[in-house]
Amino acid sequence: MRSTSNVDEAARVMTICNACRYCEGHCAVFQAMELRLEFNTENLDYLANLCHNCGSCYHNCQYAPPHEFNLNVAAVFAELRQENYAAYAWPAPLGRLFARNGLWVSIVTALMLGLFLAGGALLTGADFFSAHPNQFYGVISHNVLVTLFGSVGLFVILALSLSIRKFWRAMSLPSPFSLDWSSVRTGVKAALSLKYLDGGNGQGCSYPSEKPSMLRRWFHQATFWGFMLCFAATSVATVMHYGLELPAPYGYISLPKLLGIVGGLGLLVGPIGLLLLKRQADPTIKGRSNGGMDVSFLVLLFATSATGLGLMLISKTSYVGPALCLHLGFVMALFLSMPYGKFIHGFYRLIALVAFAIEQQNHKAVVGVQETNLIELKSVG
Amino acid sequence: MNISAKEFDVIVAGGGQAGLIAAIVAAEAGASVCLLEGAPRAYRGGNTRHTRNLRPMHKGPLSVLSGVYDEEEYWDDLLRVTKGKTNEPMARMMLRESAGCVDWLEQRGVQFQPPLGGTLHLGRTNAFFMGGGKQLVNALYRFAENLGISISYEAKVTDIKFDAGRFEGVFIGDEYIAGRAFVAAAGGFEANIEWLREAWGPVADNFIIRGTPYNRGELLKLLLDKGAKQIGEPDQCHAVAIDGRAPKFDGGICTRVDCVSLGIVVNKEAKRFYDEGEDFWPKRYAIWGRLVAKQPDQVGHVIIDAKSKGAFMPPVFPAETADTIEELARKIGLDPQTLKHTVDTFNAAVQPGKFDHTELDGLATSGLEVNKTNWARPIDTPPYSAYSLKPGITFTYLGVGVDQSAKMLMQDETPSENVFAAGEIMAGNVLGEGYLAGIGMTIGNVFGQIAGREAAKYALNK
Repeated sequence: MRSTSNVDEAARVMTICNACRYCEGHCAVFQAMELRLEFNTENLDYLANLCHNCGSCYHNCQYAPPHEFNLNVAAVFAELRQENYAAYAWPAPLGRLFARNGLWVSIVTALMLGLFLAGGALLTGADFFSAHPNQFYGVISHNVLVTLFGSVGLFVILALSLSIRKFWRAMSLPSPFSLDWSSVRTGVKAALSLKYLDGGNGQGCSYPSEKPSMLRRWFHQATFWGFMLCFAATSVATVMHYGLELPAPYGYISLPKLLGIVGGLGLLVGPIGLLLLKRQADPTIKGRSNGGMDVSFLVLLFATSATGLGLMLISKTSYVGPALCLHLGFVMALFLSMPYGKFIHGFYRLIALVAFAIEQQNHKAVVGVQETNLIELKSVG
Repeated sequence: MNISAKEFDVIVAGGGQAGLIAAIVAAEAGASVCLLEGAPRAYRGGNTRHTRNLRPMHKGPLSVLSGVYDEEEYWDDLLRVTKGKTNEPMARMMLRESAGCVDWLEQRGVQFQPPLGGTLHLGRTNAFFMGGGKQLVNALYRFAENLGISISYEAKVTDIKFDAGRFEGVFIGDEYIAGRAFVAAAGGFEANIEWLREAWGPVADNFIIRGTPYNRGELLKLLLDKGAKQIGEPDQCHAVAIDGRAPKFDGGICTRVDCVSLGIVVNKEAKRFYDEGEDFWPKRYAIWGRLVAKQPDQVGHVIIDAKSKGAFMPPVFPAETADTIEELARKIGLDPQTLKHTVDTFNAAVQPGKFDHTELDGLATSGLEVNKTNWARPIDTPPYSAYSLKPGITFTYLGVGVDQSAKMLMQDETPSENVFAAGEIMAGNVLGEGYLAGIGMTIGNVFGQIAGREAAKYALNK
């Protein structure tokens, strides 16, 4: 069991919160906390991943600093997440990449951009700055692209799967096949709707300021669904290519293009909005050790989308070569950063929310429990 | 402190719920308003920061509240807890007015929490603030700022210009601000240990103050010195037994210890002194502050065994634990033989019966000087746990008299011309004794609205 100063601080904070419970209406963290009397690494990792860092509990806390109890649940869990992302990473040594995440993501991005620009220039020689009849496949052939992204993709899927498996086991969850599906549905719904960015009663969370606001939720939805639409666009295109023998490029009125354009716009608006909110946000709730992880991920998503949409617009011009290489460089960097950057939070959050749904259904703690020891408690106002 | 204008229609002293509401109501009526909060911004809101709910009357489901809680039932509850120490016409007026509290707050950005977990059993009578009282404080300050109310922090009123029942202005140190009407909403004096000592003697030094350290009652004293009618006595306070390791001030709700009815309580001589199982804990927790205050050094120790683990709200500080009673006694500084004797005698006196913490189970001891009348299980299963107890003062009852328009009364019962009072500083008019969950916030809310309305009416000559 991991024993660190972040775990100790989280246990200290949760012990005080559990004796107060004023925040129980805000989100799942406090309702999950109330099912417990003691806090350990596993259940704190769970609670940390239930936390959406919305800040409501900080702004409404009677014990927030300068009070001597010095409670800041949002910041404590932000730091604990940063730590447990590393702890659950596969292969374990690469967990170190979470420490100064912004730096490593930037280096990889720069490398990938350089590699693709150089590679593209090398492959096309004098034609790098020319239009190509079959547009971008004229710069780098379909088979080269598939081999390159396919092999990296396989590694990414392996690394993500094994990290997720490790987290899953730490959450004491049963095999995915023996789960109760109504709980799973509840958890998935809470994740997809960003239920816990609504402050607890639909008025929004205290982000970026103390005043309740839904902006974070909307921008996050634009980002998430933008990503999912782009993913869908690629998947549809794959099916069209291999299944229907309809190779790219596609016209504007085609499923991959429409999905990609709408998704791409989401990935412009969402990350920009989230970055702007982040700039305004109260720094006290962010935690000290994010290491640029959030920012680098948002910038990568934005750059991937911007270069993708740009490529689409100029794919018939002589700039298609450099534009394609830029886009591919960003996509590759995004791929590589997935298991070792902010991308991973979605999986852990989803698993934590499913575990929460199971616990709520059964009215008892599951995660990090050696023995069940709870009796229904009542508090006096 | 930076108050640009030096003259306002209405000056409000105190930035908890009552003061905020008075200021907002007055400003909405068109008055220019200045709100003086004695605490720094981070500690603004007085004891409202530590509150959790209010208790409005309602004739049907209301916002987050279910069912009906009508005037008669409410009045019966109030009469019971105050043992008649209330003012019926004023109290009934307040109960009726309380029906509008939740709507009023919601319209100004305050959020309430749907009943859940620990608040379910109070879903009919008590409307809980989402996140607690600080959320209400934050929302009302935002609303007040947007209304253009001039808000000053660390602005303690040091004197008032007040002659023959007529208010002219306040001093904040050297600074003078003139006002047409004044609302006194600066809370009680529970954080003023020197004042408590006058009433309680040196034992007051061992009291822990659960709420804000800024409720020192300076304005209350000023008003009384200027001839305001006094309500209540200085030794009256709401006192709960809380964890002895709690901070001297501001520990709030989480320092409570909720296992008294599950175990035994001994004093520093390791002797029991009161029936721990007299009634359900929510009905008894408020007598234990006074009980512990009467013990030597104002200290108590609640002792439970492993059977009770997990059966009460988790305390904020860990228990002292040991595998034998003697070892536990050594750890908490009691005489091991005496404690062992006390526990053995208690255990031997336990009569047969079935333990059920959800009802008055009648499981009692027999033949002891102090019997335990319910939930008396032997303390016999290690590990044993102990929590130390001290008196924790929630609020004081001493205040200024008011009439139904929240106008402060003078010693001769005549109302002052333009001084109004709201909140804890006048709560004793309605709540002369005892406590009902959420009643303090209800009084502050209703009288805050009345004081704001009447002060604005006076100031604007309406």
